[in-house]
Amino acid sequence: MTAFEFIPNTLEDQRKMLAEIGLSDVEELFVDIPAEVLKRFKPLGLKPISELEVSQLVSRMASENAHTGQYVSFLGGGIYDHYVPAIISHLISRGEFLTCYTPYQAELSQGTLTWMFEFQTMICELTAMEVANSSMYDGGSALAEAMLMAKNITGRKRFLVSKSLNPHHRRCLETYAWGVGLELIDVPFTETGQLDRAALQPGELDDLGGLIVQTPNFFGVIEDLSGLKELIKDAFLIVSVNPISLGLLAPPGLFGADIVVGEGQPLGIPQSFGGPLLGIFATRMNYVRRMPGRMSGRTVDADGRVGYVMALQTREQHIRREKATSNICTNQALMALCATIYMATLGRHGLRKLAELNLQKAHYLAEKIAKLPGFALRFSGPFFNEFVVRTRKKPSRLLKALRDEGFLGGLDLESYELLDGNNLLVAVTEKRTRDEMDRFVKVLKGA
Amino acid sequence: MGNTIFDIGEENRIGLRLPALDVPERNLTELIPAELIRKEDPKLPQVSQVEVVRHYTRLSRMNYGVDSGIYPLGSCTMKYNPRINEDLARLPGFAHAHPLQGDELSQGALKLMYELGEYLCVIGGMDAISLQPAAGAHGELTGMLLIKKHFERTKELHRRTKILLPDSAHGTNPASAAMCGFEVVPIPSDARGLVDLQALKAHLDESVAGIMLTNPNTLGLFETDILEITKLIHDVGGFVYYDGANLNAIVGRARPGDMGVDIVHYNLHKTFSTPHGGGGPGAGPVAVVKKLEPYLPVPRIVKNGNRYSLDYEYPHSIGKIHSFYGNFGVLVRAYAYIRMMGDEGLKAVSTNAVLNANYLRVRLSKVYKAPYDRLCMHEFVLTTKGMSEEIRTLDVAKRLIDYGVHPSSIYFPLIVPEVMMIEPTETVSKEELDYFADALIKVAQEMRENPQLLKEAPHAVPVYGASVRRLDEVRAAKEPILRGHFP
Ligand SMILES: Cc1ncc(COP(=O)(O)O)c(C=O)c1O
Repeated sequence: MTAFEFIPNTLEDQRKMLAEIGLSDVEELFVDIPAEVLKRFKPLGLKPISELEVSQLVSRMASENAHTGQYVSFLGGGIYDHYVPAIISHLISRGEFLTCYTPYQAELSQGTLTWMFEFQTMICELTAMEVANSSMYDGGSALAEAMLMAKNITGRKRFLVSKSLNPHHRRCLETYAWGVGLELIDVPFTETGQLDRAALQPGELDDLGGLIVQTPNFFGVIEDLSGLKELIKDAFLIVSVNPISLGLLAPPGLFGADIVVGEGQPLGIPQSFGGPLLGIFATRMNYVRRMPGRMSGRTVDADGRVGYVMALQTREQHIRREKATSNICTNQALMALCATIYMATLGRHGLRKLAELNLQKAHYLAEKIAKLPGFALRFSGPFFNEFVVRTRKKPSRLLKALRDEGFLGGLDLESYELLDGNNLLVAVTEKRTRDEMDRFVKVLKGA
Repeated sequence: MGNTIFDIGEENRIGLRLPALDVPERNLTELIPAELIRKEDPKLPQVSQVEVVRHYTRLSRMNYGVDSGIYPLGSCTMKYNPRINEDLARLPGFAHAHPLQGDELSQGALKLMYELGEYLCVIGGMDAISLQPAAGAHGELTGMLLIKKHFERTKELHRRTKILLPDSAHGTNPASAAMCGFEVVPIPSDARGLVDLQALKAHLDESVAGIMLTNPNTLGLFETDILEITKLIHDVGGFVYYDGANLNAIVGRARPGDMGVDIVHYNLHKTFSTPHGGGGPGAGPVAVVKKLEPYLPVPRIVKNGNRYSLDYEYPHSIGKIHSFYGNFGVLVRAYAYIRMMGDEGLKAVSTNAVLNANYLRVRLSKVYKAPYDRLCMHEFVLTTKGMSEEIRTLDVAKRLIDYGVHPSSIYFPLIVPEVMMIEPTETVSKEELDYFADALIKVAQEMRENPQLLKEAPHAVPVYGASVRRLDEVRAAKEPILRGHFP
């Protein structure tokens, strides 16, 4: 019998414990499993391997993958190559953060409950909303849950959805909408890349559950949210944001948003092939008892000392079961801790500076590309750190040339079927240098 | 504001310097209309890096994790999280890969996911899988959508309206079914603690879309009638959804697919050792039988020769359930764990998980009441009901904190009053089991001799991870304070 490093029991331990139970063989512990079921069992055909061997095996697989340490990345589309401060990985690796669970026993979980409270506060500050939960699975599911919450509160089943929403999030939204029986209606965009307000005709607004917009949108264009809430009245204004952009942009809370969601990956979370991510979810205090997800709330202990507990649990599935506001249980806590540490580290003015770096660099590159023959900016509206380039040549060909020179050149929008012609979505973060951008332009020119 | 990062720091302190702008600076309002620019910076903390590190180090010490000691939360499988898995998930080829970099540049990640999917299919005895769900409940939702899609296609949706749910089920089960518009029909447990077959039969007709079954159930008992249950459900044309959160009890020796189930979700953050992270991230892959395969979420990972790719071409798919492909970093950890353990190791997991649970059960049921006094699987329930007039299970749990151990789950499952649900897992030693049992036995004695000790617990003795005395939950619910405010 192989001894395993994660299982302390020795044969001698087992023998003593079996004796206490009054059994003589471990197999007797499994008598409740029907013999037929046991007989059908098939193994994986895998022998145990050591830590050393698994490390070699999995490292080989990792080396078969390109990554942004190898390539200079201009690839975005919802996941961005931002710099992750070194302290984050170190702090979240502390066993007391990493290996605990949902803070069911508040007295042994003040660390988790305190950072959750900080996270909620920071998200509220960033979005100018009144209350935030402590995480959803990702941007897509956060958006879907926002739609469900709006449906539960308004009792209405029609939702207008901006056509410039991230299509990956849009597809999650469609899955949930179908599951619950909601209708999604497209709102087109104009030549600026912004929401076409002319399409928001009074007839369209009847019996409306909500309007769902994203800013900066999938094309990187910043939406002007002013007046939207007034237009849709008691329907929900649901806004999906890039949290980094809120270092610089006026927050949706100031425009009357009812729910603000977003993908929190830019806040100090590695790209990690698209997961684990972080769903951000914030709303107004009026709706707090209808919102999904876990929250930490402040209270006092028996000595009157400030402490934190899980708040408003009666919304949640472990108490309310089929009447819960959501089925979510395990969330993305550790990713929310990354974001908390990230926001604390960047700080009040740092996030603004970071957003400005993104903005300035993106505009530098956009202007250079737009001057090249055969290239033009697709939209005229203001953009943040990502923009669409209309190209004469096929983006697939350009991307190939860029890759040969060590660039992840952006996202070919062809398969998304949102725009006609050839379009390349290019993202620029604070990590990109002038030299990298100049080389990028040179490769495009020669491609 | 109360021990938070907002309570430290000073105006203009920073935690990180950023590189200087290396392109010509443009006037902001040339780039963005002034009315779209934020007038005031968000009120985030202003702290130096050392203050950040010290603050979060201090907070970490106000937590108890699996690394601190036994953490026997029933239904949560708080097992040791191998550190090699953390290192592997942080390899640059994984941690810094972009999900849209294309199949050609992602062969390592796709291969890992494909192989993990194959392993999980064999472990569950199932035919096909999606790794997209980010947690168990997300997997349940996916499973319910698969059932819905099937009945939509067979044009039976109008009458297949019910999901049967044993009353011992985890709260996520009914919540997931309800999110898809199904009517939840509770099925009582019988005196054995198992699904009441008579009650089940009374609900069987063509309105049944399916049943959601946890096995072993949340009392820690194996549903011995499982083969009959799956047959009964299939006979009326319904599907059997198997909540595999408790797979730790049977992994390596029995497979849900061999019990006749149609859908199963796995909690990789339980059975497959990935860390719980203070509440997540986890991963809840969903595997199905052939009949339901066409409906699985897209993209699916396919293998052609030696090449792997993401495939969106499944016209009957329910669509996407995650922005990308699921919690990839968690999948890496689970893959490494399965490879390290192999068949023999996985079998040793269930052997020792069940052995440890039964050992504790036998020791503790001499003092506490075991409502179902029989062999358990990986966990078991006890109750304090009838032991004291004034002491509740909550007090027992809080008193355990004074002994430096994490309490079990309490007040779940809902069908046992004053319940403690104890799951030690296979990664604790006999000495720890004995310490935990001794502590609980001592608390039972204190309950009789000095109940005040329990009522006032925890006492904020210098215990690992403890920093406060009992917290006032009622107050937090009455006037919720869910964020800090600034002057
Ligand atoms: C039996 C059971 N089912 C389902 C779940 C839900 O899983 P998750 O928390 O990953 O969503 C859990 C755990 O929380 C569970 O114990």
